[in-house]
Amino acid sequence: MKKIQIKIDGKKILCNPEQSVLQVAIDNKIDIPHFCYHEDLPIDAHCRACLVEVNKKVVTSCNLKVESGLSVLTDSPKVRKLRNENLELLLADHKKLCKNCKVGYYCKTAALMRKYRISGTKYHRKPINKPVHKLGCAAEFDPQACISCGKCVEMCEKIGIGFLKLEGKGADSHLTYNCDPEVDCIYCGQCTVHCPVAAVHEQNEIKDVEAALRDKDKIVIAQMAPSVRASIGEEFGLEPGSNMEAQMYTALRKLGFDYIFDVNMGADITTYVEATELAERIKKGGVLPMFTSCCPGWVKYAEFYHPEILPNLTTSRSPQIHSGGAYKTWWAKKMKIKPKKIVVVSFMPCTSKKYEAKFEKLKIKGMFPVDHVLTTRETASLLKKRKIDLPNLEPGKVDSYGEYSGAAAIYGASGGVMESALRSAYFFITGKELKEVKFKEVRGMKYVKEAKIRIGRKVINVAVCAMAKNAGNLIEEVKKHPNKYHYIEVMACPGGCIGGGGQPIPSTERIIAERIKALYKIDNKCKVRKAHLNPVVQDFFDNYIAKISKRKASKILHTSYKKKKKFE
Amino acid sequence: MNNIIDKIEEANLIGRGGAGFPTARKWRMVKEAEGSPKYVVSNASEGELGLHKDIHILKKYPEMVFKGMVLAMDYIGTKEAYFNFNEKYYLLVKWKIRRLIKKYNKLGYNFTVYQEHPSYIGGEETALLNAIEGKKVQPRSKPPYPVVCGLFCKPTIINNIETFFNVAQVAEGKYEKKRFCCINGPVRKPGVYHVPEDMKLDEVLKSTKNWPKFKFFVQVGGSSSGPVYHYNQLHKQILSGAGSLEVYPATTTPREILTKWFKFYAEESCGKCTPCREGSYQLYELIKKSGAIKWKEIMQIVETMEKTSFCGLGYSIGKPVKSYLKNVLKKKI
Ligand code: SF4
Ligand code: SF4
Ligand code: SF4
Ligand code: FES
Repeated sequence: MKKIQIKIDGKKILCNPEQSVLQVAIDNKIDIPHFCYHEDLPIDAHCRACLVEVNKKVVTSCNLKVESGLSVLTDSPKVRKLRNENLELLLADHKKLCKNCKVGYYCKTAALMRKYRISGTKYHRKPINKPVHKLGCAAEFDPQACISCGKCVEMCEKIGIGFLKLEGKGADSHLTYNCDPEVDCIYCGQCTVHCPVAAVHEQNEIKDVEAALRDKDKIVIAQMAPSVRASIGEEFGLEPGSNMEAQMYTALRKLGFDYIFDVNMGADITTYVEATELAERIKKGGVLPMFTSCCPGWVKYAEFYHPEILPNLTTSRSPQIHSGGAYKTWWAKKMKIKPKKIVVVSFMPCTSKKYEAKFEKLKIKGMFPVDHVLTTRETASLLKKRKIDLPNLEPGKVDSYGEYSGAAAIYGASGGVMESALRSAYFFITGKELKEVKFKEVRGMKYVKEAKIRIGRKVINVAVCAMAKNAGNLIEEVKKHPNKYHYIEVMACPGGCIGGGGQPIPSTERIIAERIKALYKIDNKCKVRKAHLNPVVQDFFDNYIAKISKRKASKILHTSYKKKKKFE
Repeated sequence: MNNIIDKIEEANLIGRGGAGFPTARKWRMVKEAEGSPKYVVSNASEGELGLHKDIHILKKYPEMVFKGMVLAMDYIGTKEAYFNFNEKYYLLVKWKIRRLIKKYNKLGYNFTVYQEHPSYIGGEETALLNAIEGKKVQPRSKPPYPVVCGLFCKPTIINNIETFFNVAQVAEGKYEKKRFCCINGPVRKPGVYHVPEDMKLDEVLKSTKNWPKFKFFVQVGGSSSGPVYHYNQLHKQILSGAGSLEVYPATTTPREILTKWFKFYAEESCGKCTPCREGSYQLYELIKKSGAIKWKEIMQIVETMEKTSFCGLGYSIGKPVKSYLKNVLKKKI
């Protein structure tokens, strides 16, 4: 495509002719405040914050297409006056209403208000008088704090749920939810990662984690999900795709965690369990296709919208639950620590992991495998609060029971779980080790991917999909052609967990693609690329699981599903 | 009736909904646009204050309205039309309308009646289309314009009731360059009059025996969004906008008139964009406060709404407030 030249504040910029002025500004790190623009969602142009001056006229830049020779000013006196008035109107009472601001957590809106000198007190919002609505124990929204940008609604619609909607005329406009008994939230948190003012946000657990860290009687374990290391740098101004793994290990130690482990170790257990099950279902003629189940958003979707498909879900627990459970049983025994003293904190890119952690059915000897879950954003907030400057920390190492294989590293990307399971299933089915471990067909940002994989004499048909909408289509396909697939991976979020609802804001498909690259790089560098070859996992299975009763083992490794009601 | 479009052009018909777009041009664009079925939508929303000419026309000349719509349908080659009614209006005329719909049904034309909660935003074409489609009643981003992507994203003619009436008159050779004028306020004979479109406003008031004995000012073309003139300016003005003329006694206080306007905007803002949604609410709050009127604060919001609102509803607020300040209060802020 031929590039054209425009000027922003006198600076010449080459851009592609399809873009809007706001997009060009964003790509060139020129700051134009904006609340209703997200590059993956429809252009609404209604927050009226992104004003620029063109030919003495003030217009919105998000819907202003670039043209050769166009010259815009982003901070002329005219722009400043109108833009600031709109910001005062839009952010009236924001600091009083924003949960993050209230408790002093880091908030991007507050930073913007400081930069543009918006008091937020010039006007007062019209009282909405609607309570905060809890999305399970994952997230919540405050209709009073909502600025009606509509992004969460559009995103919830885009993923195929449509739980949220804006209601009310004029200043009564606010966020509410769909009362249709057939529609329910799946706790994915995509709404939270698209809200510019944190009016819909994760249910914050920072305080609980801080309390656990202060408690001298507790042994507090940190475990970080595959995706967090590849995104948290963005909260500290780094480019998307910066791998902060080693710095995070140090940061977690600085926060006062007693042991630094890794959800990646849990991912290797999951792969082990799931690949074993897949091999068995294929060999013994079990229910096929088998679906993955490590995404609680997807599982809630299946349990609410498609209970008929539940026998197809793998009974394997998810990575954070596997590792949490392993540390509270096998590791505790090894270390001669009373399991009740252990507090496991997960750092996840996801809000539905908060929901999953509270499932009674997952308890082992009365204990939740995971006690608290912090999203990537909460983690960044906690680090900032403790003045820990993540990018500049000395690299650290994971404690030895947190070691993982390359198969775990890629769990965060859509297709990663599939690829990991295939690497091990190959061995479980054929008894031989796979040589070429990459399955390129299942990688990438496409919402639905399909592949035929040769395992020994068998050809296995697999599909990988992201977002509920596509899962729904695949389920219909499976019902029509029950033998078409053997194995299907589903993730609720675009791009997989790496595009999860707990990730840094903004999270766009372009940014997610960069984060994904970081995950595959980690895999490439790992010496061990297959879950079943991870020595920690082998130790866990050979010296612990193999020696306890089947029933006990199952309590640590497996789960079950049931049809769910609205709000359950 | 192939030459209807030339006749309309020759008669210089412009839309009577308030925006004043040339009717022939609109129709041509729809005819040329790709897509089927195309639609004809007639709008009898009249959410603006001071307007009641649509109901007047619907009561007196419903056949003419249908005739105009059918001409439009034939011209663009469709059998599909929608009638948007302010639901209060529909109650008053539904028998007549149903009979006419049946009549044209037999000739193969389909008319669908849509009843809207009376709202000002219904006058915004794209918001009206959203309403008919069952979406949130808020304006759409333009482009695409309704002439290419209108109802269900098909090329659509949307015209006001009066425009279709005029088209029928043109076809019958009876069009006399007149328009309907709603005269409101404490005058002798308030009501709807059919007056020459270029008649000066003082003439309009005098010829209808409505020239008041007291000192006054007027608001023209919509009693919330139209401009305001002092009575001694009327010999230079003609009827504009959506066709209303409201007389206010000179004793009307600024607080009274601002309260009327701001309340209207606060209640009618659809809630889509920041300046209008929040600004109209803050304006109403400001004017409700006792004490001296806070002109500076008010004008800052008015200016922001005027220059940065998403649609015509929001930015129309500048006109009445500014002209009132200039022509009546003779004040600079
Ligand atoms: S958590 Fe997911 S499903 Fe629930 S409202 Fe938010 S985006 Fe929609
Ligand atoms: S909750 Fe947030 S994302 Fe949703 S409409 Fe309100 S401000 Fe926008
Ligand atoms: S100006 Fe904005 S809020 Fe007002 S009616 Fe138009 S879109 Fe709705
Ligand atoms: S970002 Fe342009 S109007 Fe909201």
